[in-house]
Amino acid sequence: MTDAARNTCDVAVIGAGMAGMAAALFAAERGLSCIQVGNAGGLLFASGLLDLLGVHPLAEARLWQSPYDALAALAREQPDHPLARVDASSIRTAFESFVTALGAAGLPYAPLGERNRNVLTSIGTIKSTFGVPRSMLAGVDALEARPPCLLVDFRGLREFSARQIVATLGRSWPGLRHERIAFPGCEAAPELYAAHLARALEAGETRARTIDLVQPLLGSARALGFPAVLGLARASAVHAAFEAGLGLPVFEIPTMPTSVPGLRLLGALEAAVSARGVRRRQQAAVRALTFDADGATATLELEGMARGDGGEQVRARAVVLATGRFMGRGLTADRGQVRESILGLPVHQPASREAWHQRDFLAPSGHAINSAGLRVDDAWRPLDAGGKPAWPRLFAVGSILAHQDWMRSKCGSGLAIATAWSAIEQVARELRGTAPG
Amino acid sequence: MNSPSFIQTQVLIIGGGVTGTALARDLALRGVDCILVEKDDINAGASGRNHGLLHSGARYVANDRDTAMECRSEGDILKRMAAQTIQDTGGYFVAVQGDDERYIADFPSYCKRSGISAQAVDLAAARALEPALSQRAIAVFEVPDASIDPFRLSLESMAHARSLGARLMRRTRVVGFERDGRQIRAVRVRIGADDVRIEAAQVVNAAGAWAREVALLAGAPIQMTYSKGTLLVTHTRLAGRVVNRLRPPSNADIMMPGGSVSIVGTTSTPVDGLDEIQPTTAEADLIVEEAARMLPALATMRFIRAFAGVRPLVGSAEVADGRAVSRGYALFGHEDQGLDNLATITGGKLTTCRLMAERAADLVCRRLGVTRPCLTATTPLPVAAECAWTAPGHSPRVWMRSHGLEDPLLCECEMVSGSAVDAIYAALRSAGDTPTLTDIGLRSRVGKGACQGAFCAVRTVAHLYQRGDFLASRGLAEIVDFIGERWRGQRAVLWGEQLAQAELMEALHCGLFAEELRGAESQGEASRDGGVPDAPRAAPAGEAPS
Repeated sequence: MTDAARNTCDVAVIGAGMAGMAAALFAAERGLSCIQVGNAGGLLFASGLLDLLGVHPLAEARLWQSPYDALAALAREQPDHPLARVDASSIRTAFESFVTALGAAGLPYAPLGERNRNVLTSIGTIKSTFGVPRSMLAGVDALEARPPCLLVDFRGLREFSARQIVATLGRSWPGLRHERIAFPGCEAAPELYAAHLARALEAGETRARTIDLVQPLLGSARALGFPAVLGLARASAVHAAFEAGLGLPVFEIPTMPTSVPGLRLLGALEAAVSARGVRRRQQAAVRALTFDADGATATLELEGMARGDGGEQVRARAVVLATGRFMGRGLTADRGQVRESILGLPVHQPASREAWHQRDFLAPSGHAINSAGLRVDDAWRPLDAGGKPAWPRLFAVGSILAHQDWMRSKCGSGLAIATAWSAIEQVARELRGTAPG
Repeated sequence: MNSPSFIQTQVLIIGGGVTGTALARDLALRGVDCILVEKDDINAGASGRNHGLLHSGARYVANDRDTAMECRSEGDILKRMAAQTIQDTGGYFVAVQGDDERYIADFPSYCKRSGISAQAVDLAAARALEPALSQRAIAVFEVPDASIDPFRLSLESMAHARSLGARLMRRTRVVGFERDGRQIRAVRVRIGADDVRIEAAQVVNAAGAWAREVALLAGAPIQMTYSKGTLLVTHTRLAGRVVNRLRPPSNADIMMPGGSVSIVGTTSTPVDGLDEIQPTTAEADLIVEEAARMLPALATMRFIRAFAGVRPLVGSAEVADGRAVSRGYALFGHEDQGLDNLATITGGKLTTCRLMAERAADLVCRRLGVTRPCLTATTPLPVAAECAWTAPGHSPRVWMRSHGLEDPLLCECEMVSGSAVDAIYAALRSAGDTPTLTDIGLRSRVGKGACQGAFCAVRTVAHLYQRGDFLASRGLAEIVDFIGERWRGQRAVLWGEQLAQAELMEALHCGLFAEELRGAESQGEASRDGGVPDAPRAAPAGEAPS
């Protein structure tokens, strides 16, 4: 491959969080050549749960059992919400496609179905979500049926107390018990890290010793919960080994970031896009993005984040902006206003900083700043100050979009996956019949 | 005598700030039995919401010489008697281009007149020692300012007082006074839902900004105005010394070193009441812009927190600008209002709290016929191990020494370990209290770092459950309370990096833990699976600390 060919593609995806990964994946699956710029480290903050839509409207804190019913209500009542602009069948297809790719990359999810599921969190609250990793599914069932159930945790895993979960839920789940064990091989460590435990449990011997420690504690338990540390890349096999070794359904409970399910998601998505030929520029950031006069070709000037990593130019026929919000650096804010980081695109935002955040952190209606972001046309093209698409082949997906509050709506993954799917569909339509640049 | 609804003591002190706790210690040292009632917790008012500046007095030399001289002598006493609460950092007074040349020229003689040392410092030398100083600085003087930890001061004063027999009642609010002619016969206080009568020979109102309300309740109104002051906390420490602007007191002209951070402020805004005293974005902007004239790096600095307190100023409501009202203290005997056993001590400054307590104790002792003299100017404040955790750097040192199997780090920003939390918990518990996460936060560095509690609150609560200290769903309510309090201090400074940090906190506590939905019911179509389980979402409100 020549230098020019190596750095030329149909679509450049900027960003490697959930939305960027989904966009790269869907682009590759449609046969578009794709270069993806950006580090995927943000995925470490993912919980592994794939929310679609859980709460609407926010001010009423109304929880929905069917995300699709919730989407229909959203489309009626909040038509500018990005998820209101993707039809349900596309969302179904996009989610199926996404979890199928994850499964093929070694991270199986439970069949999606039509309903939100309740998952127990590490602090004993209940989180309603849509896509549940296979390793957490038995927990959904246990939470519903409330059979005799044992939760086991590890001394030194500071953010997880099985005793806390039992104390919090005990009154409504009398058969729930807790036990704490020392992690085999780390008996003297005051602090344990989830990722380290997950890696250690991939070794058969550590796993067997753990199973031996847990076996005598089971009592009448009909389900067994652990913090989410059961393996990393080979989590599926580790989980199966625990179920086989202990002879009962075993489930993981999602923990605080950076979490093992986040690490798994990162690994699986990196594997999935790489396997589909997406060229990744992980250690690069976009220094400048320009379009040719006719708007048909974009030039991305990259700069290496690592020392000694020289600059590089990428030519793309379309660009998908999936740079996220403040954590992802897609948006930046000073004391006066919020800006889009790469092109300085207009950002829909409250009039002044005093209006950004409410005084009550948990105020049901959420903080106005969270609905700030890029406004787009029906084809996901960010609008300029005049309300017209800024560039004909510039698209924006995921949490950088305006008019949504993914944290309160419980729609983060849904927003990423659905808008990426829909935008890539538009990219494909736009590029169809035109020659590669 | 300790029946649940009736308690007797010689002196009842109302208010657990720096003055009230110093007063409890002063009286206890004189052998006087006393009870301190505090509606919230130690230093919940202005005592816990200030710079932590032990004034040399230089700030007041031009317009309030009495206060300046009091600060000087009290600063000297505290440096000797409460050394463990003080870092003798020294301070600079810095003028920048455009500042009043005449004030600069007069400053050394003003200081001299009040007996305060002020040495001119060569500009290049000053900038070598404090590189954050502006290139536009035109004059620098060195004065004996210092940094003081008001939490440790109050906690240790109270601990000492208790060791001498004084009693502390936290979360105890005064709700009424029973008068009998010229005497207050009893003070009615409310603890949770219970009312208790306290009979005291003397009552001292040391309620700080709330002194007006308390005095009014006693039927002895006093004239006070309120001035709100806001301060900002930087992410990293910008200077080793106290840095003051060399000009008549104005906005944003002091930056204090505070462990690994700097504290910049203040503002002075007259307020009518004490409800909803929170820093605003406008105040944060004003502080950044004004203080950056002296310390330019502040313009681009990351701030992790803002906080606001109310100065109780004694004087006429006619005074428009709070800064024109004296920072001196006021002691009211209330005899002219027909009361012989009530005193009010308010106004004043952190630096002069010991003196205020001495004067109030003198009055009370005279009335009680107690002749023993004040001992606080000559008795060192004993170090209390359980009170040392508010000092930045203390927990990491202890942890490094004792790092063992049972001592995990719970707060990674400030390096607070499980044993620190255990020690604080045990000390509160032994005093008969039911400690909350917020109580632990006040007595340690938990939640004080960049994450502002997002992670350490979760780990600390898990730790307390594991020890069996927390039961039922109480932990969730405590996390919500603690994070909520930390949030109110963050919202005025959420831009740049700290905004991303706040987003992470919300992603965790709302996105994953769904704490905002506790109590919410599942809606939509008829529920096959019974909807969302009740227990965790419906954290019983009654279990939250009041």
